[in-house]
Amino acid sequence: MGPESVVVTRTPVMLSRVADSLYWMSRYLERAKHTARVVDVHLDLMLDQPESVAKQHREYLLAGFQLPTEFGSAKDDYELTRWLTFEANNPNSIASCIAAARQNARQLREQISTEIWQQINQLYHYMEQVEMDAMWSAEPREFYQNVKEGIHLFIRLTDSTRSHGQGYHFIQTGRFLERAVATAMLMDAYFAPEENLPKETVESHLVGEQLIWTALLRTCTAFEAYSKIYTAELNGRHILEFLLLDQEFPHSLAYAVRHVQLSLQSIADITKSTRAERAYRRAGRLQADLQYGQVDEVLESGLHNYLKSVENSCLQIHEAIYQTYITYPVMV
Amino acid sequence: MSRMTSTQSQQQTMVTTELRSPANPTATGQSSNPFGAPFEHYALSAAYDEMFSAPDASRPQYTMLHGRLRELPLETLERRQLAADRTFMHQGITFTVYSDNRGTERIFPYDLLPRIITGAEWDIIERGLTQRIRAINLFLHDIYHEQQILNDRVVPKELVLSCKHYRTEMQGLAAPRQIYTSVVGTDLIRMPDGSFAVLEDNLRVPSGVSYMLANRRVMKRVFPNVFRNYGVRSIDHYGRALLASLRALAPADVENPTIVLLTPGIYNSAYFEHTFLAREMGIPLVEGRDLLVHNDRIYMRTTSGLHQVDVIYRRIDDDFIDPKVFRKDSVLGVPGLFDVYRKGNVAVANAIGNGVADDKAVYAYIPRIIKYYLDEDPIVHNVETYLLDDPKQRSHVLENLSKLVVKAVGESGGYGMLIGPHSTKEEQENFRRQIVANPRNYIAQPTISLSCAPCFVEGQLEPRHVDLRPFVLYGEAINIVPGGLTRVALRRGSLVVNSSQGGGSKDTWVLSQ
Repeated sequence: MGPESVVVTRTPVMLSRVADSLYWMSRYLERAKHTARVVDVHLDLMLDQPESVAKQHREYLLAGFQLPTEFGSAKDDYELTRWLTFEANNPNSIASCIAAARQNARQLREQISTEIWQQINQLYHYMEQVEMDAMWSAEPREFYQNVKEGIHLFIRLTDSTRSHGQGYHFIQTGRFLERAVATAMLMDAYFAPEENLPKETVESHLVGEQLIWTALLRTCTAFEAYSKIYTAELNGRHILEFLLLDQEFPHSLAYAVRHVQLSLQSIADITKSTRAERAYRRAGRLQADLQYGQVDEVLESGLHNYLKSVENSCLQIHEAIYQTYITYPVMV
Repeated sequence: MSRMTSTQSQQQTMVTTELRSPANPTATGQSSNPFGAPFEHYALSAAYDEMFSAPDASRPQYTMLHGRLRELPLETLERRQLAADRTFMHQGITFTVYSDNRGTERIFPYDLLPRIITGAEWDIIERGLTQRIRAINLFLHDIYHEQQILNDRVVPKELVLSCKHYRTEMQGLAAPRQIYTSVVGTDLIRMPDGSFAVLEDNLRVPSGVSYMLANRRVMKRVFPNVFRNYGVRSIDHYGRALLASLRALAPADVENPTIVLLTPGIYNSAYFEHTFLAREMGIPLVEGRDLLVHNDRIYMRTTSGLHQVDVIYRRIDDDFIDPKVFRKDSVLGVPGLFDVYRKGNVAVANAIGNGVADDKAVYAYIPRIIKYYLDEDPIVHNVETYLLDDPKQRSHVLENLSKLVVKAVGESGGYGMLIGPHSTKEEQENFRRQIVANPRNYIAQPTISLSCAPCFVEGQLEPRHVDLRPFVLYGEAINIVPGGLTRVALRRGSLVVNSSQGGGSKDTWVLSQ
């Protein structure tokens, strides 16, 4: 048990619906932030690359979002950007996610601090103002910077203006569960092509490969943290090890899952729910796996299968949370 | 009691529309304006002006504000107005307008200048409303028990029993402490002679108090220097006072009652207010789907299991509160809630069936109701009201439709209303047919010119009509927070202050002196 689990709340009851909205508000903002980073890094890196490289990278990204195939590779950067950022028919576009987060925040307006609400509300109105063409022809990077900063501010505000009780832990659970799933999907996309799978040796050769790894690390805001450990020499094996198993880096799978598990433990302690075990045991099992896992074992059993099983475990944790705290049956 | 004749009010309305100043017809030049520089386009009319008793004389309580305004460049006012609007938008202090299928969020327009009420004026309002609410609660209890007032023929039995908000289900049911109206929002208007009169009692789910509180907070932020030293009485304790009123309804043996606010949800136009009040009181904001009935008790579904609820401050109309008893198609309410209420296992505020006492035809009888139960004369008067199922009054009204205001008795929000002097022949004919078909459903009143207050509109200070809605709480005692929502008819010459019809609001200052 971490220090987070020692929590005393003044108001012990929380509506199931409120827990649900806190969880989704947080998940949607995490999702928006992830997408903003993906697009931002892509646009930046592809500025000085030929269209063939950009096209290949777009395919990774589309795979990483598990977007329908009809969206396809024929589209250009403009279309990709528009679809991921503004498209109302894409429920995972940044605009859709921020609108959904705000809708959830409205549901629990009396539960979150005024500062948190104002931050989400301002971000929503900012998105409403910006138009694709104006953004595209002006400074896209500044726009994505604003979105990311807006969401970071939300995270800081939840840390500092809200008591770290049950609600905080539902926010944390939503954030880290979303991060774990998104990171697993992204890694699966980047490592899917045979030639990208880590080789026996730890050397890298291709310039194109370096570019791909830069993109992956930067999308996970991991470039600098990675370099501090492995130097700026990029190779797939080290990257895999870092993003999968590093215990201290906030965007690694191991870190995200550990925080899901810690928060679920805290929620169980606070609610004293008799059904709580189901949710945090699932998280605990996945967490132990990532804590004691080795890259070689993972590669041996097949990286794709491994990442799929992580995604699947996350889905099961999500369902267990619902069955325990939100949609539990009542005998009437 | 003062009222004006309809001819006077019609004239007066025309005058406001054209914005001439009958009191000072030559005052059109900029430099010679007696009101002072920012009031270049200001003009008095036959309506009571809140700030000026004459073009060159502001009322004593406004002197300091008027002095400040004369010094302020219009650009400064403009800047502060923008700052205030931004604050409302960022805080999400919005209401939802449904013009098509999707609702649009708008800020409730806020006017920069405060409306000031003196301590002496407030004293009359406070005593008058306390008297009125006491009588109304006695009336409701009587109506739903022995019906003495009907048997004594003070109020016609037919009138009460035919009211669509009369609920037979409430008959014989004991409301906790015999309090039916924990929260009332009474609409007052100021008559041309300066006295206040009641236009409407809102006894069901009155709204607007969050704007009263939000307006004050914004005022303190954008005009701190004007606010300071003015001796304005505080309204900050409203949330605590409301909580105390709700707690008073809980069973005496429950030490820490669980009190919740029941909202229809985010699509309700007053949703902001529901979240605001829940936060002010520190109580859970619940929706119908969060509550369920189990063993004759109400529970809410929480992450740690079911939790019993003792008092429900409901912001859902009677019709929607329990689909088992009232409207079957309601998905907003709680099936079985009424049965638990009837058994006394949960308190509901306001009580169900209160609409029988704020029916616009029953309104006409309130002075007699006060006299009947309290043996007192009303301190604050009604507006003269014609009852249309009386043949004499009806024929008078039908002859004078172009001068009168006609209102449907069960409607609110400024809907179902004919304002004679502002209406077309066609609209009048339409109302004539409806009145003849269903006279009980309508009342008529003289077109009363609401008082005017200076407002900052399109970069100018101009007079606009205002009303006042104070909020009356009834718990251990009757308690009125000194203030209220001053609503403003922002359209030039308009007498309709409702937010759904282009109304805005102002901060309302009640002075300690």
